[in-house]
Amino acid sequence: MWEYTDKVKEHFLNPRNVGEIENPDGVAEVGSIACGDALKLTFKLDENKRIKDAKFKTFGCASAIASSSALTEIIKGMTLEEAMKVTNQNIADYLGGLPEEKMHCSVLGQQALEQAIANCKGAPQKEPGEEIICECFGITDREIERAVKENHLTTIEEVTNYTKAGGGCTNCHEKIQGIIDRIYAGGTPEAPKEPKPKLSNIQKIRMIEETIEREIRPSLKQDGGNIDLIDVIGNRVIVATRGACATCQASQLTLKGFVEYKLRELVSPDLVVEEEPS
Amino acid sequence: MKTIYLDNNATSQVAPAVLEAMLPYFHELYGNPSSMHSFGGQVSKTIRDARENVAALIGAEPDEIIFTSCGTESNNTAILSALAVNPDKRHIVTSRVEHPAVKVLCEHLKEKGCRITELAVDSEGRLELEEYENSLSKDTAIVSLMWANNETGVIFPVEEAAGLARERGILFHTDAVQAAGKIPINTRGNTIDMLSLSGHKLHAPKGVGVLYVRKGTKFSPFLIGGHQEKGRRGGTENTASIVALGKACELAGGNMETENTRVKYLRDKLEKSLLETIPNSRVNGDRMNRLPNTTNISFEFVEGEGILLLMDQFNICASSGSACTSGSLQPSHVLRAMGVPFTMAHGSVRFSLSVYNTEEEIDFVIEKLPPIIERLREMSPYWKAESSVCGIRDTETQ
Repeated sequence: MWEYTDKVKEHFLNPRNVGEIENPDGVAEVGSIACGDALKLTFKLDENKRIKDAKFKTFGCASAIASSSALTEIIKGMTLEEAMKVTNQNIADYLGGLPEEKMHCSVLGQQALEQAIANCKGAPQKEPGEEIICECFGITDREIERAVKENHLTTIEEVTNYTKAGGGCTNCHEKIQGIIDRIYAGGTPEAPKEPKPKLSNIQKIRMIEETIEREIRPSLKQDGGNIDLIDVIGNRVIVATRGACATCQASQLTLKGFVEYKLRELVSPDLVVEEEPS
Repeated sequence: MKTIYLDNNATSQVAPAVLEAMLPYFHELYGNPSSMHSFGGQVSKTIRDARENVAALIGAEPDEIIFTSCGTESNNTAILSALAVNPDKRHIVTSRVEHPAVKVLCEHLKEKGCRITELAVDSEGRLELEEYENSLSKDTAIVSLMWANNETGVIFPVEEAAGLARERGILFHTDAVQAAGKIPINTRGNTIDMLSLSGHKLHAPKGVGVLYVRKGTKFSPFLIGGHQEKGRRGGTENTASIVALGKACELAGGNMETENTRVKYLRDKLEKSLLETIPNSRVNGDRMNRLPNTTNISFEFVEGEGILLLMDQFNICASSGSACTSGSLQPSHVLRAMGVPFTMAHGSVRFSLSVYNTEEEIDFVIEKLPPIIERLREMSPYWKAESSVCGIRDTETQ
């Protein structure tokens, strides 16, 4: 059992500001259902450009819910400039601390805030040149860098505790170590990466077909659904939903959270699944 | 508030009669059964009785029972023994859903150069016997397959699997820690060579286990030392716990019918009511071949840790296969092996009952759990109350 502070328990049992603001000034969704935690943050500004109201919806464990609740309390009344300076450590401190293994919950809150502010300012959400390091949980190099710098992390285990990166298949441990080494080496540029063997289009389509057949279709069929591969254009995988999926309101969630996740995991991390326009 | 304990696959309470039986061996009858004096020697007689009781529960001879410290030790002993007595064979067949006491040991042995076949299971957690048969080779030293799964309760056809191994002269071990006392086990009627039991899963204390080794099976000890257990497991006997396990096995034999009638009825009532009242919920695992006391239910779009902590407010104890509670970042290896969708895997809760549960307790859980799920779903960004989402067979009948 996790040793949560009374404050974490209190915010989990009586979370503040649950919900969604209509017509928000800033909105962000981070995490995914596959990863085990996800947070949707919305906020509204007043006439003085201060955050008047903030609300959250969170899928996740007790500390994820408590961190979200704490985040909304912290940022209320702040200007965007003040809110930008909020770190994951501020969220953890507000709760009287989080177990080491749960620090990623506070990082999730900080990421949502950062993206919601960017959204409010109309800036693009992702900086160019980001690279996904941990494919299991979709964590980028920039997210790992920020967590390492702000929290003075020195080991892969700490990076996993704070960002989840490296907590799945462990294949990215070498890359994470590389990021840590680079940061503490005073920012020496990384040696040019060896390019990943590139799939030919035919190979890619074949792998997508195989993955759908082996890993995806059986699960959907159990629920009376199905999908067909219609086309592959670059990294866009166009599919059509069939059976129960075709009439299901949550099929988007299945496509993103399950189909896309599986294809990214097993074929190529840059694939995007889209439904055939009807 | 009264504790409602529905986590008996994790551990179980020591039965009152078991506690009573073991207590004298701490204080009054503390002698060493190996001693020459009658003060110690009298204890060896009680150990003999305990051995007979354990043997009776699984249809074995007393000589085939080796007392160990836990299920993990029994599993380690069995697999390492098979490798020791078959020095020219380096292949192990096991499954993807084994308990860590087998799974992690096999991963460790893989690093040491063994070849490991981890058999897949289908979406109901069932084994494909044909795939199993095809995996057996001349190089196979041992097969280790669990009798019943700790997370889902799904029962593997281990007796049939043991027969196929025997035809090829391959040793067969089963981790029967969850099955013992809940479903009949009769080693006379099968060809299983080694079988593991654990005391604390059947109302004996923690810290005692058993490895059954069929007469005539080549064996190499794991703990080397004194002559105890006929030289097959060194170390002074844990007399009080061995006496306790003997008593617990005697009780388990008598309770087997209750397990399969009253406990099963309570489990079924709990499962049926929760599936009916909570939309987007489903049972993980083959409902036809399952332990009578276990149900693993997934509640979509919520996370297991939150469910457990909110149930904890009512002193209801259960387990979850969610990432947050498994101590890793991924949901349970058992649910992943079954291909349970992520939307479901994180929100899984295992209830495991015992003969000590009452209908009032089950009714209390049936009353308290639906609002808990609803409360967490209202917080979840994925939950839309009106949506009927795929992946759901909520009220599907068996």
